[in-house]
Amino acid sequence: MNASIAEQPLQIVHRINPRNRYKRRMLANQLMLGLAGFLTLLALVPLFWIIGYVILKGGQYINLNFFIKLPTPLGVPGGGVLHSIEGTLILTVLAGLFSIPPGLLAAFYVAYNPNTALGTAVRFGTDVLSGVPSIVIGIFCYALVVKPAGHYSALAGGVALAILMLPTIIRTTEEMIKLVPHTMREGSLALGAPEWKTSLKVTLPAAISGIVTGFLLALARASGETAPLLFTALGNDRFEIGRLVQGGLRNGQSLPTIFYNILQQPVDSLPLTLYKYTQQPFPERVNQAWAVALVLMGLVFATNLMARIYVNYRTSHR
Amino acid sequence: MSDINSSIKDSKVRNLQMAVLSVGKGSQSEETGIAEIKMQTVDLDFFYGKFKALAQINLSIQAKQITAIIGPSGCGKSTLLRAFNRMNDLVPHARVEGKILLDNQDIYAPGVDVVDIRRRVGMVFQRPNPFPMSIYDNVAYGPRLYGINKRATLNEIVEKSLRQSALWDEVKDKLNQSGMSISGGQQQRLCIARALAVEPDVVLMDEPASALDPVSTLKIEDLMQTLKLSYTIVIVTHNMQQAARVSDFTAFMMIDANRAGTLVEFGKTPQIFTNPKNKQTEEYVTGRFG
Repeated sequence: MNASIAEQPLQIVHRINPRNRYKRRMLANQLMLGLAGFLTLLALVPLFWIIGYVILKGGQYINLNFFIKLPTPLGVPGGGVLHSIEGTLILTVLAGLFSIPPGLLAAFYVAYNPNTALGTAVRFGTDVLSGVPSIVIGIFCYALVVKPAGHYSALAGGVALAILMLPTIIRTTEEMIKLVPHTMREGSLALGAPEWKTSLKVTLPAAISGIVTGFLLALARASGETAPLLFTALGNDRFEIGRLVQGGLRNGQSLPTIFYNILQQPVDSLPLTLYKYTQQPFPERVNQAWAVALVLMGLVFATNLMARIYVNYRTSHR
Repeated sequence: MSDINSSIKDSKVRNLQMAVLSVGKGSQSEETGIAEIKMQTVDLDFFYGKFKALAQINLSIQAKQITAIIGPSGCGKSTLLRAFNRMNDLVPHARVEGKILLDNQDIYAPGVDVVDIRRRVGMVFQRPNPFPMSIYDNVAYGPRLYGINKRATLNEIVEKSLRQSALWDEVKDKLNQSGMSISGGQQQRLCIARALAVEPDVVLMDEPASALDPVSTLKIEDLMQTLKLSYTIVIVTHNMQQAARVSDFTAFMMIDANRAGTLVEFGKTPQIFTNPKNKQTEEYVTGRFG
């Protein structure tokens, strides 16, 4: 039966001419290709414009003192933004400490209990939280931490940034956990391992590179935030960790006490300094603001780069 | 032996046992009058929520023999296999009625430690699933769970398990390499070594060679012949030739009118493949359906 079909000559219903409207098709192809390329470039213009402009405006004001000196009074040349670099560091570390542990655990819960009431609630909650304007989070933390304590502090800023990071961390970690093959988990459970041990020893190591990347990106995002810090960290242009530690030691305080005291201080951060400097009518402050913008961009870029290098390292060392 | 026999009150089970005996290994039957039964399901029903996936399964697994479970897709082979070490506990709303006896003790009885069951009944999966850690740590994972942390003891267990799974010579110089860096066939033998490291009595294999090439498949099949000297093996396979080649006993399963998996025929492998008593079995093993 098959053979008989094969033996029949192929009926040509319509002869296709390969040169039919050839020029027109080629032209349309070229046109669309060109358009796509042009629009891609157009989309990249803002990125390179921003980078170029910030380098142009701020690059010349960056020098060693900019990184290691506190601001000088107006009219006195020199001075830097050590206070806000250190502040950014402290705020980021605090935000990571406050958001990563609960975010990680919540992500495990949601990934493995997606259809329970709590799982659904957490997922819905993170979606809503990621849509809350960051300034609202700032006000919330003002009421939650600043008001009861009676003063602005790095601690309050860290809490605000942590809340901001939480949804990103939960969602990215959840996605990474879900990417781990279910059979890998089963392999551990089949050996009699309890679920928590399976998560800790098998699932977490399998997903760690994606999870860490998520952390770094969330940290980079948070370290560029201004609004939540306005009501929490406030700003402090005399802030210098080295001086505070020395002072504490001179007063006979123990290191934990000193660090606790540091966390109780208001601190500056790079975006906060940027925001304040641009509002001042003094050209040297505005110039420094451009330099701060450049440092901030460099920081975010470095974090992203670190995330990429880390992922490459992990994938090539498997 | 005799207490196993006396404890079985269900007549169906006894009938089945007789059937097994009549085809069982001659020497065992002659010496003891009964083949040693390692695991046994008694009127086993299995439910996923309201859906009945297994109905009235009565099956005896002979100690230190290879039992193959064959049948068309969706007949409940894997469900049955996973019931043997309670892996189905992980599925929400999964429920068991009836009994599964391991050394004459019901593994679904209240108060039974599921961790202990899973140590005694190990499992090898369809796709190799090494953990994201070194070859050594993969094998040592199980023993460490049970509190063995002495390096010397672990070294001994790792070497013994890898030798048993015929992988030692290939990996002894790269024990610190990632378990995911070796080939698929080697990964599957690593997973077997991992299962053996906790010294189980029974090893369940869920289509252990279906994701492997023919050479690796042969290695796994050869390995099973060595392993059965020390372990009881239950294997689910889609490959009837494989079942015929490797197993001593074969269970044929089908779905019944209610779409629940049932045991159609159970017997010695040569009998199932050459002289099946049931018409459905005959049609399946001769490839006329399924």
